[in-house]
Amino acid sequence: MSRKQSPLFLERRSYRLRRLMDGARLMPFLGAALWAVPMLWTREGEAAISTSRAMLYIFLVWFCLSCLAGILSIWLHGKTETDSLAPKGEK
Amino acid sequence: MGTLNLLIAVCLAYVALLFVVAFIAERAALRGKAKWLRSPIIYTLSLSIYCTAWTFYGAVGFAARSGLEFLTIYIGPTLVMIGWWWGLRKLVRIGRTQRITSIADLISSRYGKSPLLAVFVTLIAVIGTTPYIALQLQSVTLSFGSFSANAPEAAQFGDHDATALWVAAGLALFTVLFGTRNLDANERHHGVVMAIALEAVVKLFALIAVGIFVVWGIGGGLGETLDKIDASAIGTWQVPDGRWAALTLLSAAAFLTLPRMFQVLVVENEDENHLRTASWAFPAYLMLMSLFVVPIAVVGLDLMPEGSNPDQFVLTLPLSQGREGLAMLSFLGGFSSATSMVIVAAIALSTMVSNHIVMPIWLRVAEGGAMISGDVRNVVLLARRLSIAGVLALGYFYYRFSGGGAALASIGLISFAGVAQFLPALMGGIFWRGANRVGALAGLAVGFVIWAFTLFLPSFGPGVFLPETVFDTGLFGIGWLHPQALFGITGLDPVVHSVMWSMTLNTAAFVLFSLLTFPQPLERLQGAQFVNVFQHTGNPQGWSGGVAQAEDLMVMAQRILGPLEAQSLFQRAATAQGLAGYLPDPTPEFLQLLEREMSGSVGAATAHAMVSQIMGRATVSVEDLLAVADETAQMMEHQSQLEAKSAELTRTARQLRAANEKLTQLSVQKDAFLSQISHELRTPMTSIRSFSEILRDAEGLGQEQLSKYASIIHQEAIRLTRLLDDLLDLSVLENGQVNLNIRRGSLTEMLDHAIASTGVTSEVLRIHRRGLDLDIEMETDLDRLAQVFINLIANAKKYCDAQRPELTIRVAQRDNYLVVDFTDNGSGVPRDKQDLIFEKFARVSDQKAGGAGLGLAICREIMARLGGAITYLPGQGGASFRVSLPMRLKMAAQ
Repeated sequence: MSRKQSPLFLERRSYRLRRLMDGARLMPFLGAALWAVPMLWTREGEAAISTSRAMLYIFLVWFCLSCLAGILSIWLHGKTETDSLAPKGEK
Repeated sequence: MGTLNLLIAVCLAYVALLFVVAFIAERAALRGKAKWLRSPIIYTLSLSIYCTAWTFYGAVGFAARSGLEFLTIYIGPTLVMIGWWWGLRKLVRIGRTQRITSIADLISSRYGKSPLLAVFVTLIAVIGTTPYIALQLQSVTLSFGSFSANAPEAAQFGDHDATALWVAAGLALFTVLFGTRNLDANERHHGVVMAIALEAVVKLFALIAVGIFVVWGIGGGLGETLDKIDASAIGTWQVPDGRWAALTLLSAAAFLTLPRMFQVLVVENEDENHLRTASWAFPAYLMLMSLFVVPIAVVGLDLMPEGSNPDQFVLTLPLSQGREGLAMLSFLGGFSSATSMVIVAAIALSTMVSNHIVMPIWLRVAEGGAMISGDVRNVVLLARRLSIAGVLALGYFYYRFSGGGAALASIGLISFAGVAQFLPALMGGIFWRGANRVGALAGLAVGFVIWAFTLFLPSFGPGVFLPETVFDTGLFGIGWLHPQALFGITGLDPVVHSVMWSMTLNTAAFVLFSLLTFPQPLERLQGAQFVNVFQHTGNPQGWSGGVAQAEDLMVMAQRILGPLEAQSLFQRAATAQGLAGYLPDPTPEFLQLLEREMSGSVGAATAHAMVSQIMGRATVSVEDLLAVADETAQMMEHQSQLEAKSAELTRTARQLRAANEKLTQLSVQKDAFLSQISHELRTPMTSIRSFSEILRDAEGLGQEQLSKYASIIHQEAIRLTRLLDDLLDLSVLENGQVNLNIRRGSLTEMLDHAIASTGVTSEVLRIHRRGLDLDIEMETDLDRLAQVFINLIANAKKYCDAQRPELTIRVAQRDNYLVVDFTDNGSGVPRDKQDLIFEKFARVSDQKAGGAGLGLAICREIMARLGGAITYLPGQGGASFRVSLPMRLKMAAQ
């Protein structure tokens, strides 16, 4: 019940880990932002985006997001347990 | 006919293979050799039941009708997966610590193990999933139909209803066999998971094979196919913004809330770390699944005759090109998609139905409640098996009833929108402690009603459930209750309209009722457990102890867990308590453990209800909650007290250290002085003794020599007297025995007198005076004050080490205080000596022999007597002393 006061500053390793967790949390927002771009495209007239270009963009985003998630998952390897020691709200 | 026979043979062989795989996996798991079953890849592949026949066949149809819009169905889950650190990780952790068996169990467990909520969620899940199961039956039937179109003599496959019935019955059999073999405490089904992982590989392989054939076999290469895409009817980006956003949101929500997805994501999860792999591998899987959808759709539109069903292009395109082998593979892919989804969905739904509907009713109907005899496990298993059959039967009847005509995609979206109603209660439950049961019920009810009215019931068409007048004039003739234009807002896409209104009002009702009502104690306990799952993984203090009979508990546990498991559980608990035998004391911890074990078999709400029946009392009271809170508060207070004490100790230690340092220095000073004073006393004594001996013993001394020696003796005697006077003076001052001779006098005169007394000439020490334009009249002991001034001036004369010594005397008046600064231009007093110069016998340097180091000590005592002070003023470019004293002694004395 008595929560141990977490230190104000962290050593470099834990600091990096915390920032990686931040990165992992931001991933869906990055994805949502990138995939919201098609909503800005015009649909009528000559300037309309062709399906092949739209596909290229959407799948490229997909590929990049998968790679990023893969890299993050490697870095967050086995570290999930340390997070349970430090409450989420305190960073 | 040969084709069809082959098709049936392949189909049966494939099912047999699945049986074998599932069987081997079950055996391996039983023997504990299930390491390879627990790999993250298997977990990721099992998630692929998200890609159902709707994906396999329907996505192509979807693309052929509305271009790239189908991608939203995959983008939503991708966003959820790459954001696993937010939500999924927490869900999985909660699922593991609370032994969650289904989404209904999670929601009911979070909101105080409410049976009502569990029933409600189960009903919505059944209603929402039924169309989806019908969809799978339809797609399998259609794919059989596509083959039979090629072989018209096989008339029996033209009878769709019969095919669907056979498929449903076959799937029910498979699911019963592998989904209800045992009542695993964790509700894990290794055999089924292994089988669906295999099916995931088959469907991905099949779709990619067809895609490669279409692009490079028919389309003539990548560039040409892309040109063909741009030239087709879906050649430009035409997805409406609203649908793009709403469908992405919807699929993301459904990914979390679909009962079957919850089953594989949370319940079947072996290890939290598997999510790490799935976070990138599953998006990659989805990407590959959708990569060739548009090319297949475009080439299909191009090559297939007008009016052919685009939902079947994956199958009919290879068939039309005479590639029966590829078509067969494609058929197996679709079959895999459909069967894996139906199996898992049926398991998930049957768990919910049996745990939350059948078991509570049975327990109530059976006399004696939890106390009746007989093995409950058989009842649970039977309930599950019947539920599976029931769920598939419902799916079949929906298929028959809806006529199987609607496009696959639209049925799928209706189902998504239905289960997405769980999202506010689910997410609110794991992130917001304020969420409560009433809010969850209200939100679910509102969302469900709006979904049913705006999307589900209209999907049957006008005149089936909703009379046509409702579509014309709205419900009861009220215009703003039109099912596709609520509140008079028209022009929205029906799906977007329904999702927007149902989700918005659902969330609003959930939040509003949560804010307005007060939760029960158990809800608050569970809420804290769920929301703060990462902070304390310990058990909640759910049972406040009682007088339950351990034997009764044993009887009950045996019937639910089975005699062997129950006995070993009780024995372990008894051993842990230090008791021999099988019956532990019913401590709160033990009851907690027992309830959790049982909830793995019958769900949290039922397990809780059964234990409380035996306990015969409410499990948590407000007093218990308060006791827990009180304990916490006390501990925190105790901790802060300790912290304060420790801070105080640190402070005291620091003070002690400083005092000790000073004492040590003083002791050193004193030692140094003793040797100094003995030296001081000895020097004059030695000369006095030697010269007086000369006077006594020597003869024939001249008059001149006589007087010289006598005067030396005299001078040395005076020096001795002065030293003794100083010592006496100081001791008198220190003892407070001094009498002050208060007189009025002028400061200028006093300074003149002091300078004159020291005998200073401007060659030895130049003296500057500042601030003496006006003479200051003061009333004090003038002689004593003059003594201080003399001492200071004499010090400057003696110790100032500058080339041309100068002394500045600065006088100022501040707040009725007279301040006189004596500043010379020498090197001053070193920092480490400044604290000590006013002490007795202190000497800054040993080189310059002078007084005995009593002068400043006397000055300090005098100034204290006069009500003033003398301090060393650092940072003035030389030694600087400040004398301050009140203008009138009386005022200071008051």
